[in-house]
Amino acid sequence: MPGFSKSEFTDTTRIHAGRRVLHRFHVDLPLLLGLIVLVAVGLMVLYSASEQDAGLVSKQLIRLGIAFTVMFAVAQISPDTLRYWSPWLFGIGLIMLIAVLLLGEVGKGAQRWLNLGFFTFQPSELMKLALPMLLAWYLSEAILPPKFKHVMVAVVMMLIPIYMVAKQPDLGTSLLLASSGIFVLFLAGLRWFYIIISTLMLIPTSLLLWFYGMHDYQRSRVLTFINPESDLRGSGYHINQSSIAIGSGGTYGKGWLNGTQSHLDFLPERKTDFIFPVFSEEFGLIGAIILLTIYAAIVARGLVIAAQAQDTFTRLLAGSITLTFFIYVFINIGMVSGLLPVVGIPLPLVSYGGTSMVTLLAGFGILMSIQTHRKLIAS
Amino acid sequence: MVQRASITFKDHFRETHLFQQRLLITAIITILLLLVLIARLVFLQVLSHDHFTTLSEKNRLDILPIAPIRGLIYDRNGVLLAQNLPSFTLQIVPEHSKDLKKTIEELKKLVVISDDEIKQFYRVLKEKRRFEGIPLRFRLNDIERAKIAVNQDRLPGVKIEAQLARDYPLGSLASHAIGYVGRINEQELQNLNVARYSATEYIGKVGVERSYEDILHGQVGTVLVERNSQGRVMRSETELDPEPGKDLYLTLDIKVQEVAEKSFGDDNGALVAIDPRNGEVIALVSIPTFDPHIFVHRVDTKTYKALSTSSDHPLLNRALQGQYPPGSTLKPFIGLAGLEANLINSDESLKCPGYYMLKNDDRKYRDWKKEGHGETNLTKALVESCDVYFYDLSLALKIDRMESYLARFGVGQPTGIDIRGEAPGLLPSKQWKQKTHRLPWFPGETLITGIGQGFTLTTPLQLANITAILGNGGQRYKPRIIHAIGEPGVEEITLQKPRHIGTVQKDNPENWNIIINAMKQVVHGLRGTARGINRNLEYKVAGKTGTAQVFGIKEDEEYDEEKIAKKLRDHALFISFAPADEPRIAVAVIVENGGSGGAVAAPIARKVMDAYLLKDN
Repeated sequence: MPGFSKSEFTDTTRIHAGRRVLHRFHVDLPLLLGLIVLVAVGLMVLYSASEQDAGLVSKQLIRLGIAFTVMFAVAQISPDTLRYWSPWLFGIGLIMLIAVLLLGEVGKGAQRWLNLGFFTFQPSELMKLALPMLLAWYLSEAILPPKFKHVMVAVVMMLIPIYMVAKQPDLGTSLLLASSGIFVLFLAGLRWFYIIISTLMLIPTSLLLWFYGMHDYQRSRVLTFINPESDLRGSGYHINQSSIAIGSGGTYGKGWLNGTQSHLDFLPERKTDFIFPVFSEEFGLIGAIILLTIYAAIVARGLVIAAQAQDTFTRLLAGSITLTFFIYVFINIGMVSGLLPVVGIPLPLVSYGGTSMVTLLAGFGILMSIQTHRKLIAS
Repeated sequence: MVQRASITFKDHFRETHLFQQRLLITAIITILLLLVLIARLVFLQVLSHDHFTTLSEKNRLDILPIAPIRGLIYDRNGVLLAQNLPSFTLQIVPEHSKDLKKTIEELKKLVVISDDEIKQFYRVLKEKRRFEGIPLRFRLNDIERAKIAVNQDRLPGVKIEAQLARDYPLGSLASHAIGYVGRINEQELQNLNVARYSATEYIGKVGVERSYEDILHGQVGTVLVERNSQGRVMRSETELDPEPGKDLYLTLDIKVQEVAEKSFGDDNGALVAIDPRNGEVIALVSIPTFDPHIFVHRVDTKTYKALSTSSDHPLLNRALQGQYPPGSTLKPFIGLAGLEANLINSDESLKCPGYYMLKNDDRKYRDWKKEGHGETNLTKALVESCDVYFYDLSLALKIDRMESYLARFGVGQPTGIDIRGEAPGLLPSKQWKQKTHRLPWFPGETLITGIGQGFTLTTPLQLANITAILGNGGQRYKPRIIHAIGEPGVEEITLQKPRHIGTVQKDNPENWNIIINAMKQVVHGLRGTARGINRNLEYKVAGKTGTAQVFGIKEDEEYDEEKIAKKLRDHALFISFAPADEPRIAVAVIVENGGSGGAVAAPIARKVMDAYLLKDN
């Protein structure tokens, strides 16, 4: 704005100017702030969980840097472009999933990784975004609420990647894929009749899964969940130790770096899936509620973006991404506190690890893109 | 809502409305799920907080005991008799050793390791965790330690642990009195205060080490340790410092003890020296002695078997547990009993033909001097140790009066010394005989009781004690071996008080003087049986020799020392106190199979009295 001299700006206009700059770079400030606070808390907990391993924390910091870069990059892509690429992205993801099943690398007893020569990659992560995009694209083409035919097509589209990921086996990711798809369907206005029918179908389906679709270790996890005391040294150990860590934290916690369960090695996988007990042992109920509030703020902002989105594709996509993010949080905290069976789902943006972080932030990039690419409608 | 499938164009308003309705539902569900999580956290962190705190503490905290340092033992002059020295143990930590077999092979090139030790190592290995040191060899000497230290870089996982072990700097000297410690065995474990001994490996087994275990042991301390999930100790913090055991100052004068032990030469036997003024034990000797270190470190069964089955019985504390007939050393007491009972006086005499016969009995009770002592009064009977005089006197006294008078001095009763395991000896009586043998008392038994043979048994300690009572004019003290108790790090020591338990009734003090004068002549007189020790004696000694028969010699049988195997020779005895008029030391000596009391036992007593009474010269 070359015409104005500096003194003529009021404070508010300066803020508006800042907003406008952010808007131009397709950054949503409230979402960004929420994510930064969350990540900061996450790094602090990781420092404690890793026995104050600065090297490990900086590794995580580099990953975060990459993930945030990806987020900003994705935010520059307009929703129209995203919509156009949705089926193609899904197709690529599907091919990669097939490739993983045929020639993927085995890590920790599961076949999830695809070695692309210069880096390894989990195609299931790509699918976490590609599936809701495809469904949002597909359903937004038709009239809502979706008709039976469309619902059936959508369900088939969902089941193919879910089945392939479950086959790897990666129960956690297939669960997240399923929920991201279900959210799209639900938000698209899936009739209550279908919802009730499929809920009723859950019982025979889970029985079938139990007897034919699950690995032994998955079955034992579920059994453990039902009765954790049955095997305290074995599969019940995780959940028992995790409850002790959370419970002994009390209302105010033992203080940062003062957790005993975690630092004395009682708590397994405390840097990854079981990082929440480390946090709540050290910061107590108060800390846990603050952390949940940060998550809730991010989810709330995502839902606002979805509500303000201008077309069906962006609405469905924004809603699904936001709610899936919440599901991550809910399942993770639910499982470490003994509410849910143990499935391998990290605490988003706090747990140590790379791939899921990039996917998550790419998802937030999409949200920012949706929010900042809105066409101004004359009022 | 009515279905309107016919509408083919997009109804934006309706879709938006539907979407926002659905979004609202998800938002509500999200909030509900958040509340579920918070409720769960409240349950865990607030309602079950105490429960989980307990579990958490149990998970990680452990209270370990710390053994107190055992009190030291000194003699009455502060000479160190028992201490705690570091003992070095070779250990291997499996976790740090790449190849256990190879490491042991390497170690075998440096220090001697027996196959038994290796076997034991592998046995212990199975029970311990990977990060704990497993002992392989105990008691490394300085050279072995140096060898291992030099090669440390080639021996991963090998370490040398120092531990305090009981040490007796004077070795076998006074080993029976001091005793020793050994590893706590199962039987002891059942009677112990488990908490107090939770960190202790050793316990006093005999002697002062056992009798004063409570004082020497100290109080256990505790350390709070934090363990991780594998049980490895991550952090420790002393909660309660252990309280070291108290130091003991014995009444023993170790120089006198040493003189006494050396005086026995190759003979076995016992010697007890008591201060008649207070009952303090100046020397407590039992020969043979043993090396107490054998018991501190694991005794191999061979060594132990050799010690326990030896015909010399080196583990028997003869001073307290050896029960011997007192022989003629009992005569002064019988004589005193006769005087006090007005049955005899110092002038009356009888003719000793070398034997004594009872009415209606043709058995001859022999005197040791075949040809007899001739005209004999009490003094002569004591100085020359005439048996016939005492046969006659005991017949007049009868067993009942003898028994009751000897009991006043404590014959046949434990003296009550503060060392455990004392034998009571035996003072026969009519009732006793009826009870144990179911037989009446025979007059002949009265005769031999009067010369200290027959059933009567005393321990060397008892003999020394009754001698001390005779010397000090009838004061009875419980003998004791603890002179003082000291607190570690505190200059002052608490002196123990004499334990006076009574006075022997004196009807006529002159009677006591007659006996003591006669005893002086035993040593200083021309015909005294112990006159051999009076040369250059700088003080007066009152004494009495004795011989105790190991087996009975038949009537008319020649007694030939040379022909009888040494094992069957008589025990030589001597009791004495000095200076005779104001005694500061009373000594009883028994030399097993020594033969003559005057020639064998008395010189030992002289050396001990010299060492004690002339120590300042």
